[in-house]
Amino acid sequence: MLSERAEEILEALWIQIEEQGKKSLDLGASRDEPAIEDLVKLGFIRQDKDHIHLLEKGKSHAIGCVRRHRLAERLMADVFDVKKKIMDEVSCKFEHLLHEGLEDNVCALLGHPKICPHSKPIPPGKCCLEKKDKKLLKIVASLAELEVKDKGQIAYLQAKDTSGMHKLISIGALPGISVTLLQKFPSYVFQIGQSQFAIDKELASAIYVRLTK
Amino acid sequence: MLKDFAKKIGYDDPLEIYLTKLESFLLSDYEISKHSVALLLLQEDKEILDLVKDKERQSLNEILKIIQEAKAHYSQPLTYIISLCRQREASRIANMVMSFRPAHRLSLRERFSKIMMNPFTGGPILLIILYYGLYKFVGGFGAGVLVDFLENKVFANHINPFMINLVERVIPFKLLQDLLVGEYGIITLGVRYAVAIILPIVGTFFFAFAIVEDTGYLPRLAMLVDRLFKKIGLSGRAVIPLVLGFGCDTMATMVTRTLPTKRERIIATLLLALAIPCSAQMGVILALLGDNPRGLIIWLAVIILVFLVVGFLAAKIMPGELPTFYMEIPPLRLPQFSNILRKTWTRLEWYFLEVFPLFIFASVFVWLGQITGIFSLLVRILKYPVHWIGLPDKAAVAFLFGFFRRDYGAAGLYDLKKANLLSGNQLVVACITLTLFLPCIAQLLMNVKERGLRMGIAMSVFILFSSFGTGFIVNIILTLFNVRI
Repeated sequence: MLSERAEEILEALWIQIEEQGKKSLDLGASRDEPAIEDLVKLGFIRQDKDHIHLLEKGKSHAIGCVRRHRLAERLMADVFDVKKKIMDEVSCKFEHLLHEGLEDNVCALLGHPKICPHSKPIPPGKCCLEKKDKKLLKIVASLAELEVKDKGQIAYLQAKDTSGMHKLISIGALPGISVTLLQKFPSYVFQIGQSQFAIDKELASAIYVRLTK
Repeated sequence: MLKDFAKKIGYDDPLEIYLTKLESFLLSDYEISKHSVALLLLQEDKEILDLVKDKERQSLNEILKIIQEAKAHYSQPLTYIISLCRQREASRIANMVMSFRPAHRLSLRERFSKIMMNPFTGGPILLIILYYGLYKFVGGFGAGVLVDFLENKVFANHINPFMINLVERVIPFKLLQDLLVGEYGIITLGVRYAVAIILPIVGTFFFAFAIVEDTGYLPRLAMLVDRLFKKIGLSGRAVIPLVLGFGCDTMATMVTRTLPTKRERIIATLLLALAIPCSAQMGVILALLGDNPRGLIIWLAVIILVFLVVGFLAAKIMPGELPTFYMEIPPLRLPQFSNILRKTWTRLEWYFLEVFPLFIFASVFVWLGQITGIFSLLVRILKYPVHWIGLPDKAAVAFLFGFFRRDYGAAGLYDLKKANLLSGNQLVVACITLTLFLPCIAQLLMNVKERGLRMGIAMSVFILFSSFGTGFIVNIILTLFNVRI
């Protein structure tokens, strides 16, 4: 696996070349970093004096790095509501954790976004190209946002007050329980086990469900 | 054995530690296991907390400290944490012994349930139930056939003549004779009224209501109307007392106890008192306007409008917690006849114990009012508002009696109609005003009992003004647009 620094170099390189139309990246002060040596060894980049060039073999890795960085930014901005000022800093750290399956799950969670909060494009991943069947991927959403016949397991409850929480507990809407939404209008009707319950929109938006197919 | 079983539920580790600590401080005898007491303490059960405060004076501080620590350990309420553990255990057990075959096709029952809960098909179903249950069965059979038999055959031909004869022979005083068998006497008015008119109407209503209740239709109706009811400050749950109000508003007012917040209880009580006509009253109004479909439609439209407007304003004005709606939708079932009979019987029993004495009371009131001359004074005062809404002076008597029995007031109008003293317009205005007018004395007393003296009186004053106000406005509109009904 690439080091964090190596990922950042690939990322910067790709942005310079693909988005800013330059041929290579000026190394400046970071000339003797071990990360560059590693990347050269792997055959991802080519170094001549003060500049590095992206090679064909490194391209897909570079795209992956950019994608993860921008997904992390979206996640910070849309879901965690992180302030703009510290977004870059947090995202820079977070992106390195978004490997393997996690990357595509986050992408699905965010609804396969196409641009980052800075309006730069997010390179599409495999999941975006296959998203014809969106529901294949697990997404967490409140019961109020689901469509009729959607199924899932309750992930957590988030009521505005304890009395709302108590009501949900009393009807047995607890994390881990499987639910199916049966009706949305005029009230929300859902099935838990062998029982059906009707609740209003306010309580429905307090139940968060991890969708399953 | 039960104690052993209780301990087998594995709660979270920290929770178990707090429980064990708590148990070691519980020294007194509680009749239930110490484990259960400790669990209830952690769930902040008020009753148990008071009991423990009383029994464990020495170690109370330690106990309270452990509860605080346990609460601080979790970011969510402990009730939630404990429920989660129980739920986990329950599913574990259930999964060991139960399995469900996935249903491939919706059963007939499920499909019917869906039709009832669909907003487009649910409306017509409600209308069918209202038409056959309320209009045909309660209105036609109860208020028509049964009342006719009991009132005109049993009471008019047998009981009344017999009692009048008996009383006049045994009691020589004219005044006491009047109290018992006079025009408004306890037996001739109070008992006759309760047994021959109200009993068959309310009885058939309770019977029909029990059938509807046992099929599981009501929660489905509640779910349909919740959105609309939120606008008038109520949740769908309130549909049950409001529908019951079509049978007997007094009983329905008592049933508002099932509503979760004070705000909902007050709004529901007000709407019951103002705009929900009880079965006895509806019976007479149908008799008054039955041959006048346009009048009936105007009456219905005005009552529905008042219901919505007053509810909407009450919801705006009233402070307090906004209603939330949650309700189990039980599977649809074919009602069991024995259950229906038992329910009807229990309600009738209640009705006789609680409401019957009020009829007697009302008769005594009328008797007192008549011999003291208070009634003729009140009738004179009532003549003014009655005049303002375009009705003849004689209608004042109907309104006064309407207070003792709302439906009796309507019956008073019936006499006026028969004597051809009212035009179509006047009849509609009178029916509207009387439907909205002060609830019968039984309901007034129930309002005071359930909502307190101040709220009960405030509601009555409001209803007095809004009923005559509505009658006044309707009369003006009808005259302005030159409508002849």
